[in-house]
Amino acid sequence: MNDVWAFFSFSDPTVRIVSLGTVFLAMSASVVGTFAFLRKRALVGDAIAHAILPGIAIAFMLSGTKNPIVLMMGALISGWLATWAMEYITEKTKLSNDTAVALVLSVFFGIGIMLLTHIQHSGTGNQSGLDQYLFGKAAGMTEQDLWTYSVVALLLLTVVISLYKELKVYSFNPDFAAVSGLPVKAIRRILNLVTVLAIAIGIQSVGVVLMAALLITPAAAARAWTSSLKIMLFLAALIGGISGLSGSLISYLSPAMPTGPWIVMTLSIITLLSLFFAPRGGALSRLLKQRRHSQKILNENLLKVFYKLSVERKLEKSGLNVAELLAERAINKSDFAAAIKRLKRKNWLLAEGKKLKLSSIGLVEARRVVRLHRLWEMYLSQRLNLKEDHIHPNAESMEHIISPELEALLLKELDFPTQDPHNSPIPYSN
Amino acid sequence: MEAFFIIATGALVAMTCALLGSFLLLRKMAMLGDAISHAVLPGIVLAFMISGSRDNFIMLIGASLAGLLVTLLIELLHKKIHLQEDASIGISFTWLFAIGVILISAYTEQVDLDQDCVLYGEIAYVPFDLIYFSGGQLFFPRATIISGLLFLLTLGFVLVAYKGLKITSFNSDYAKSLGISTLAWHLVFMSMVSVTTVLSFEIVGAILIVALLVVPPATAYLLTKRLKQMLVLALIFAVLSAIGGYYLAVFLDASIAGAMVSFAGFFFLLALIFSRLRARSLKVDAYLKE
Repeated sequence: MNDVWAFFSFSDPTVRIVSLGTVFLAMSASVVGTFAFLRKRALVGDAIAHAILPGIAIAFMLSGTKNPIVLMMGALISGWLATWAMEYITEKTKLSNDTAVALVLSVFFGIGIMLLTHIQHSGTGNQSGLDQYLFGKAAGMTEQDLWTYSVVALLLLTVVISLYKELKVYSFNPDFAAVSGLPVKAIRRILNLVTVLAIAIGIQSVGVVLMAALLITPAAAARAWTSSLKIMLFLAALIGGISGLSGSLISYLSPAMPTGPWIVMTLSIITLLSLFFAPRGGALSRLLKQRRHSQKILNENLLKVFYKLSVERKLEKSGLNVAELLAERAINKSDFAAAIKRLKRKNWLLAEGKKLKLSSIGLVEARRVVRLHRLWEMYLSQRLNLKEDHIHPNAESMEHIISPELEALLLKELDFPTQDPHNSPIPYSN
Repeated sequence: MEAFFIIATGALVAMTCALLGSFLLLRKMAMLGDAISHAVLPGIVLAFMISGSRDNFIMLIGASLAGLLVTLLIELLHKKIHLQEDASIGISFTWLFAIGVILISAYTEQVDLDQDCVLYGEIAYVPFDLIYFSGGQLFFPRATIISGLLFLLTLGFVLVAYKGLKITSFNSDYAKSLGISTLAWHLVFMSMVSVTTVLSFEIVGAILIVALLVVPPATAYLLTKRLKQMLVLALIFAVLSAIGGYYLAVFLDASIAGAMVSFAGFFFLLALIFSRLRARSLKVDAYLKE
């Protein structure tokens, strides 16, 4: 616990530099990555991250220094080249986009590995530390690194804010952007450039292999919570920042632990939780909605059965038993029992011993469903001229969807019919 | 002799990958291969920790389970949660890979695997792990035998299943209409890819498997329109990359796997230039005819 406190007091300059640097890197990657996510370019980011490696190696071989600015120039050039190569191969050859991405990724990375091992083996002592680009080594960040990264992060943020509208239109609908007269090519180049920049600095914290996660995972999490781009950018940056901080905290508490993989771990957990449990976009809420809807359908179908048996065929005044109901409509037994329970709870059904009976409010509800079914059949046969034997299945699904407003319009349109196309009476509430 | 064994092992792995990769490319699933090759890492590490040995069979089980897990995770995110496909792939494999690296760092004492080996593989050490036959008279490196068997298995699979693979890869809707179970073919094919990925993992490393799966087939694909020719060309490029890569690596004193991929990339570049020139000359011909 003391260690956690020591971390958050930020009194240790190394902690200050490393955590601040990681948070900056993660946040700028998240913001830029949001656009990559919206353009469905998640894997392109992965490829660019891998493709940066030979650039770093060549920059080191030519200059002989590990100056971050020099290495970043190399990274930028090879990242840019890789982006261009992917676009060229996709446009000019019959290879598909995902093949182009996998191809550029692996070839550039292979060259990078070759050069890197060459540098390592021809050791002059100065070369050590270059392999930190593979898995990232946030713990080794210096003050000079931090300054470089903060300037780049600030630059990225400025570009995104000042070109917000253009980037938004282009990311959501590039064709519309082109038709509206926006300089699409220039926007694409700027987006590519900021993506390469964000990746070039981001691999310092998580390394090339996991860089794709830093770009797109926060965006995917943010997307589950909101549909507004502004909020999404903000949320993605927040999630990225939190993960960056927790990654540096974990590796501070337990120095054997690598920062990068823990950042990705935190990110992935936040994202999976968001994807499942977010109130609007989450899988759970959608599942609940679906369940509620299918329950409603079952409820209404049961009411119809009651209505048909007790009101129209006048089978039994004292109520119906389960066998009679199941004989009329085949329903899975456990679903049936659950639906009966729900209808009782709503007081739409009354139980007398083993017999079941519609209550007066249940009867109103049952009439409504039967009325909607028959009204819709009427509409299909009279206005759309469908044959009588084709209209029932469609009405079976429409009866659960038609809203009161639509019902009123239908009634007016059909002039309050009394019988449906099969000559069954249409029940009104009074 | 050492050089021969290294080149032979590299060529066998590359040829296996070239055969499977050709169909992977036609199915437009190149990036899925990438995802699987990353995601097997935690499976391998866990199998390692549990069994405490480098027994190939146990590692194979661990890695296959991890490969299956990532495919299921991608399906879950894409189909059930309606996340776009590229993001589903990206999120799934990075997460599993991160878990793998964390496991390695947490149990460095128990796990005799380092992060570098994950990336480059250990093809240079192939000649030192030998298996002896007929009383020590005859010996082959373990990796060469494994990759040889794997290649024969894959070759047999492709020869036997050629028609089915072809029809389901080119037009799965048509195959379905003929009553062929495309899902079964998909599963069989993907398990072949997983097994290959796992067995080659030690030899060439995670990311370079992707290169061998994608680059030689893509090179062949640029040069021909016929599947049989494509497969043969891909095999040729695979072997040439293995030979060229080895000598380039010796010359530069660098990673053999990396040099093999660089060579494969070089062949792709040549094929790209050739196909562009051919396309241009065809255009000129058409213009002259008018």
